[in-house]
Amino acid sequence: MTNLARATTAAADRPGTARGGARAVPQAPSPQGAMAAALKDAALAALVMLGLSFPILLLRSDVGSNNELVLTPRVPLVVAACAIVFFGRLAIAFVRGAWRRSHPRRMAAASPVGTRPVVGRVAGLLGYALTGAAIAFPFLAAYALGGLTPARYWIDLAILVLTYLMLGWGLNIVVGLAGLLDLGYVAFYAVGAYSYALLSTTFGVSFWICLPVAGIMAAFFGILLGFPVLRLRGDYLAIVTLAFGEIIRLVLINWVSLTNGSAGISSIPRVSFFGIPFTREDDGFAATFGLAFDPMQRIIFLYYLILVLALVTNAVTLRLRRLPIGRAWEALREDEIACRALGINTRNTKLTAFAIGAMFGGFAGSFFAVRQGFVSPESFNFMESAIILSIVVLGGMGSQVGVAIAAVAMVAGPELLRRLEILQVVFGEHFDPNQYRLLLFGLAMAAMMVWRPRGLISQRTPSVLLHGGGSPAAAPAEAR
Amino acid sequence: MADFVQQLVNGLTLGSIYGLIAIGYTLVFGIIGMVNFAHGDVFMVSCFIALLLFLFVNAVLGAGAIILSLLIVMVISMGLTGLWGWTIERLAYRPLRGSFRLAPLISAIGISIFLPNLIQVTQGARPKPTPPMVGDVIVLFADGHYEATVSYKQLIIMAVTAGLLAVFWYVVQKTPLGRAQRACEQDRRMAALLGINVDRTISLTFVMGAALAAVAGTLYLLYYGVVSFSDGFVPGIKAFTAAVLGGIGSLPGAVVGGLIIGLVETMWSSYFSIEYKDVAAFGILIIVLIFMPTGLLGRPEVEKV
Repeated sequence: MTNLARATTAAADRPGTARGGARAVPQAPSPQGAMAAALKDAALAALVMLGLSFPILLLRSDVGSNNELVLTPRVPLVVAACAIVFFGRLAIAFVRGAWRRSHPRRMAAASPVGTRPVVGRVAGLLGYALTGAAIAFPFLAAYALGGLTPARYWIDLAILVLTYLMLGWGLNIVVGLAGLLDLGYVAFYAVGAYSYALLSTTFGVSFWICLPVAGIMAAFFGILLGFPVLRLRGDYLAIVTLAFGEIIRLVLINWVSLTNGSAGISSIPRVSFFGIPFTREDDGFAATFGLAFDPMQRIIFLYYLILVLALVTNAVTLRLRRLPIGRAWEALREDEIACRALGINTRNTKLTAFAIGAMFGGFAGSFFAVRQGFVSPESFNFMESAIILSIVVLGGMGSQVGVAIAAVAMVAGPELLRRLEILQVVFGEHFDPNQYRLLLFGLAMAAMMVWRPRGLISQRTPSVLLHGGGSPAAAPAEAR
Repeated sequence: MADFVQQLVNGLTLGSIYGLIAIGYTLVFGIIGMVNFAHGDVFMVSCFIALLLFLFVNAVLGAGAIILSLLIVMVISMGLTGLWGWTIERLAYRPLRGSFRLAPLISAIGISIFLPNLIQVTQGARPKPTPPMVGDVIVLFADGHYEATVSYKQLIIMAVTAGLLAVFWYVVQKTPLGRAQRACEQDRRMAALLGINVDRTISLTFVMGAALAAVAGTLYLLYYGVVSFSDGFVPGIKAFTAAVLGGIGSLPGAVVGGLIIGLVETMWSSYFSIEYKDVAAFGILIIVLIFMPTGLLGRPEVEKV
């Protein structure tokens, strides 16, 4: 059938392409033949790269003084790109050839299997180790840098990482456990942030009352979104949730009388230590506990607040996975029709997933508002949803530790790269890795699906199985 | 009255562009049942390809031959954007056939994050204005002090859309490629057994969709005269809405849906509120998906185990 045609199209050869066993194995008869084929393949790939880069990379357009575009050619960049593709392709061909020779009977595209016992145990230990490290982090940072104030940058960064971690864990309930691809998760984050911002600035309600209220509001919005989309499948569901998120953002921008539009809401009250403000005054936190006043006390408190919130999210998720509702979520993820046939109420199951996921998004949102002291619709665009989703996807949808690692890597990674001075020596003075952050997120998402569709730490086996001694890890993982 | 006619003309023009993009969604969904989430961003890339080519070609040919330059730009841009479509399918979607349900969609979301950021990094974040292209208008009729006009560029846009729809309808209905596409749509494995190169057919479908997006990109540039790296997202969603409204999988449905979305958007901005015009489009999307998932001209889909 298509084998002959497929073998002759030189550029088309990847392990993932194989479907079933009907796959042509383009084994060259001689090393010279293999060399020629690899060269031809690499040349074709470089030619494609040349075509792709033709106007986009070759010509740079800038708005000139007369409001007209000025073109600047960038030949070296195109040559470099094509050379990278050529030699990269060649290298892949050689590595693959060597691999084939040493592993002649390898199955084509063996799909990664679920958690093995060892992986599960290591992930569990890693979880405790990460939690311990997170608890000790501010003191370690302060000790290493000689004081709390110099460590402020690192603690702020850690707060950011933890915020995304909490959002990732919240979304993980919807995407990883229940298998409902939600592209509008940032809407619940926005609902939480605006709930606190509006309640505190108009009625002066304290953060500790607003926090649960924001969660309830977000959960309510989750149900509001959940009801209409109950009947939709995978990709349609994703698009509708995306549209829902955009509608929320557009309403926040345009309902100026309530939300102050694009200008946002500023001077939101700061967090207090359960009612005791972090101020220099006599009734402030420092004076009450007999400490010297230090603005870092508030930052440290925020750090532990988000850490506790994130750990609560994690604990609730882990508990829920063992309850009937969590099992129903996992069953729903695996096969919705079978679920319905077995008498699971898919409506309630989906709605609780949306509501609980949204609730944690709401908590994270009100934390965001209390930390920033300022909210505007700009913070809640589709890219935020995409970042949170890519954290969940890269972490391996369903795995708590995987999400944690992905959150650290994706949020703190670019920040750390920016501080490496060697990169600026290599790429020039104005090199900023943050510019390339989303570029890499996008590429990583696609690459992850191609190479490791189950994520960094794959955990798609159901948490509870009927047979297999109660421990899911002991059961043989099925590869779907 | 003149105002209404004017909005009608504007709506049909906008709808033609949406329709062209929507065909890309509908072709791909028809053949592999996947929402090509990155299609709107391929459209945006094609706008940039067209912009850069236009600046280049126009400098060579001189300002007098704008129509000729546009034609050259459109043809080259169709080829180059087709190459983008082919590459994306080859690297990001083909290895995922047979993977789990959401994998291609997540991969497509990754690509749709990648493309705008690539353009932002390589071309800068500022919106790019084009030199003025076709400015003449024809007055349809005057109503008091208000004149309803149709500009030459609106005529060009509608004519190109109608012509291309005819060409692509012919390709899908009458040529061997179209037959192969329809066969793959019905049963991929059976088509493969009957000697159809399924992978090549799917690749060509992506190339066709991307080429039509390139036409839409050139026309968009002609109509609005400005483009920025983030311009793929909203037109992409609206074109997807158009494809769903017309019945996803149906070629004429995509164009009908595009025209309806274009009309709704212009009428809504004109008579209700311009701030909420995107909300109107998203609202239509949600309502159609929930209450009329097969669209106007689509076939009902039976869910099987």
